[in-house]
Amino acid sequence: MSDLETFRQEAREWLEENCPPSMRQGLASNEEVEWGGRAAQGRTDDKKVWLDRMGAKGWTCPTWPAEYGGGGLSKAETKVLHQELSAMKAPPALTSFGISMLGPALLEYASEEQKKKFIPEIVQGKIWWCQGYSEPGSGSDLASLQTRAEDKGDHFLVNGQKIWTSYADHADWIFCLVRTNTEVPKHDGISFLLFDMASPGVTVSPIQLISGSSPFCQTFFQDVKVPKENLIGEMGGGWTIAKRLLQHERSMIGGMGLGLAGGAKRGLTEVVKEYAGETDGRISDSLTRDQFSQLRMDMQAFAATTSRSAAEAKAGKPPGPASSIFKLYGTELNKRRYEFMMSVLGTQALGWEGEGFTSEELSGTRDWLRSYGNSIEGGTSEVQLNIIAKRVLGLPD
Amino acid sequence: MALVLTEEQELLKETAHEFIQEQSPVSEFRRLRDSVDESGFDRKLYAQMAELGWMGVIYPEEYGGLDLGYLELGQIFEECGRGLVAQPLLATVVLGGGCILEGGNDLQRKDILTQISTGDRLLSLAFQESAHHNPYGISTSAELSGNHFVLSGKKTFVLDGHVADQIVVVARTSGKAGDRDGLTLFLVDAGAEGVTVNRTIMLDGRNAANVHLDAVKVEKAAVIGELDAGADVLDPVLDRATAILCCEMMGTLSEAFDKALEYLKTREQFGVLIGSFQALKHRAANMFVESELSRSILLDALSAVDEGRDNSAQVVSCAKARLNDSLILICNEAVQMFGGIGVTDEEDIGLYLKRARVMAAAFGDSSWHRARYASLGGY
Ligand SMILES: Cc1cc2nc3c(=O)[nH]c(=O)nc-3n(C[C@H](O)[C@H](O)[C@H](O)COP(=O)(O)OP(=O)(O)OC[C@H]3O[C@@H](n4cnc5c(N)ncnc54)[C@H](O)[C@@H]3O)c2cc1C
Repeated sequence: MSDLETFRQEAREWLEENCPPSMRQGLASNEEVEWGGRAAQGRTDDKKVWLDRMGAKGWTCPTWPAEYGGGGLSKAETKVLHQELSAMKAPPALTSFGISMLGPALLEYASEEQKKKFIPEIVQGKIWWCQGYSEPGSGSDLASLQTRAEDKGDHFLVNGQKIWTSYADHADWIFCLVRTNTEVPKHDGISFLLFDMASPGVTVSPIQLISGSSPFCQTFFQDVKVPKENLIGEMGGGWTIAKRLLQHERSMIGGMGLGLAGGAKRGLTEVVKEYAGETDGRISDSLTRDQFSQLRMDMQAFAATTSRSAAEAKAGKPPGPASSIFKLYGTELNKRRYEFMMSVLGTQALGWEGEGFTSEELSGTRDWLRSYGNSIEGGTSEVQLNIIAKRVLGLPD
Repeated sequence: MALVLTEEQELLKETAHEFIQEQSPVSEFRRLRDSVDESGFDRKLYAQMAELGWMGVIYPEEYGGLDLGYLELGQIFEECGRGLVAQPLLATVVLGGGCILEGGNDLQRKDILTQISTGDRLLSLAFQESAHHNPYGISTSAELSGNHFVLSGKKTFVLDGHVADQIVVVARTSGKAGDRDGLTLFLVDAGAEGVTVNRTIMLDGRNAANVHLDAVKVEKAAVIGELDAGADVLDPVLDRATAILCCEMMGTLSEAFDKALEYLKTREQFGVLIGSFQALKHRAANMFVESELSRSILLDALSAVDEGRDNSAQVVSCAKARLNDSLILICNEAVQMFGGIGVTDEEDIGLYLKRARVMAAAFGDSSWHRARYASLGGY
């Protein structure tokens, strides 16, 4: 048996033993995945059991180095692990901005001490991180941000406002872009700070989305004291870290084009056939069939592109401008998929709550509304097109 | 799944690129088009390509081949697509020769494949009978009469049929048009009695033929593969040919895109390079993304064919539909980006646009492949 097959055997056995049966049913919505954090520590349900076991094993972050609590697995082993997880319809034990954004940036830019402190907490889901980038006046033009951090000797004093801070009302800590120097060009005066959301002077106020949920907030900082050791990288060196983190974010958001993590409860085809009708095993309406086929082809070509880029990336090579392709195409594809399902479900897609609609229908509608944000968050589609035009195609300013 | 080329494959591609840039630049294609000579291709160049081993890439060594895969052959075709090389390579090697490779007996294989490898014989495949791709929609009949079959019917869009020495004819030996069963493949000499080959000059400056079969007598030994089971040969051959045509399309697409990009970086209006206009930048970025996705699925399709994967027919359909759409998009956008010069015959971009249309129609347009993809996907 090859090493990889031995690993598959072991992984399968371990998962059989450790994944609670209730966690093997696939997902109705991505919203069901565990985000961890301090508040989760008190919980006793199966999600928590699943998180604790996977976290202890390091398999929430399979490729991260074992010395910081990660799984220490190779890319090939990680692929096998994911195959085994989706074969048993187990959703990820943990999803978080710590895993998809902050962790990879810390592994690259943080000091040894900082890695030892922050990485294991991310792996085990102990701390829920939020992202303090956008401000009311600084969205696409992120580098114009105004939130100030004044150097007070042993600490920084942070004042300002962030907006669209996803899950700020649940989060334990924030990774935050602040201006530490106003005398230099805008990109050079930005620093990358970490701090506790329980610090005095931090207040949050949730904002409601068109989907009805309120995943993000306005976040205010008034004279928030942040210890000096929470600065990542150099003073004024935050923009480089910020950009790299955005590349990780974009890869993550783009991945949505591939469908629900860990596999949906029911396959798309089954749902489409149910609502659009079938004749001799075919979708009855030929236009719907054609559109569905096109959507599936684009999903397949997108998946092949993801695999190709992974195959191309030399071991350990960080994501480059290709992440803009994934962000752009993945989110637009995700939106198209929801749009298509809206038309397939007809008036059953138009329910908001209560009787007359299944929970699958209701959450599908909410997810469709949520998908509008995909092509905005993490840098809009237009911004991705700008990046591709400039960095990949070399078109002039 | 081989989504990244090996060093050898890269080298093969580079060699093909250099050869074509030197021996068969687009100006050479123009000359052929404008002279409308008898064959519509350069026989000397064809012989040179045979010397390089291109005709035998996918054939076993015993027939003078290199015994490589479709991924390798595809690299050569991509370069042919870049340079708009007009040669009866696909028709001979992958279509006609492909039928022999897949379904021929030892005698047929030895005779024909060896001759193809050396560049001494040209083949083509006659299957289409209407204006749309419909491989089982065959009415051409083949009736047994004593020791012979008698073939009657009309074929159209027979790629490079005007220069073929031998034509593989798909005819019906039982059943009715539309049935998968009842098809049989015959090897017919182009000069046989009752065979009329009319060259059709296509809009891309290339050639196909209408072939009339008027009570053509062929011997039993001319059957390729099993009687009534011709689809078992035809299906994989068409999938391989489609995958290889997709490579040519990828090359045409890449060159059209590179040309447009180059123009965006050199043409000035309003005192600035037109590539600085965001309206054009975003369109160029979208073209790039589409071409990247098409390249990924194409590589997947080629390796599916080489590995004989169960889902290879479906991946090939996915690749063809995508290549059709992205190639047409990119050529259309490129012509617009060139402005007035783009719609002149003098500028090469129009040649790419026209070639794109013919390739998109060959072996199935996008909706045909989407329907097939859906059937294979169980919906
Ligand atoms: C669901 C959701 C979650 C989010 N979560 C977070 C979070 O956790 N943390 C955080 O910091 N931020 C978060 N954001 C904020 C997000 O990053 C910003 O919304 C985004 O960067 C766009 O900024 P803006 O909203 O100010 O839009 P604007 O920048 O004002 O853009 C408005 C429109 O103008 C277009 N535009 C702007 N500049 C250009 C240009 N140069 N060329 C062409 N078009 C342009 C945009 O594409 C857009 O269509 C979230 C957003 C959403 C929707």
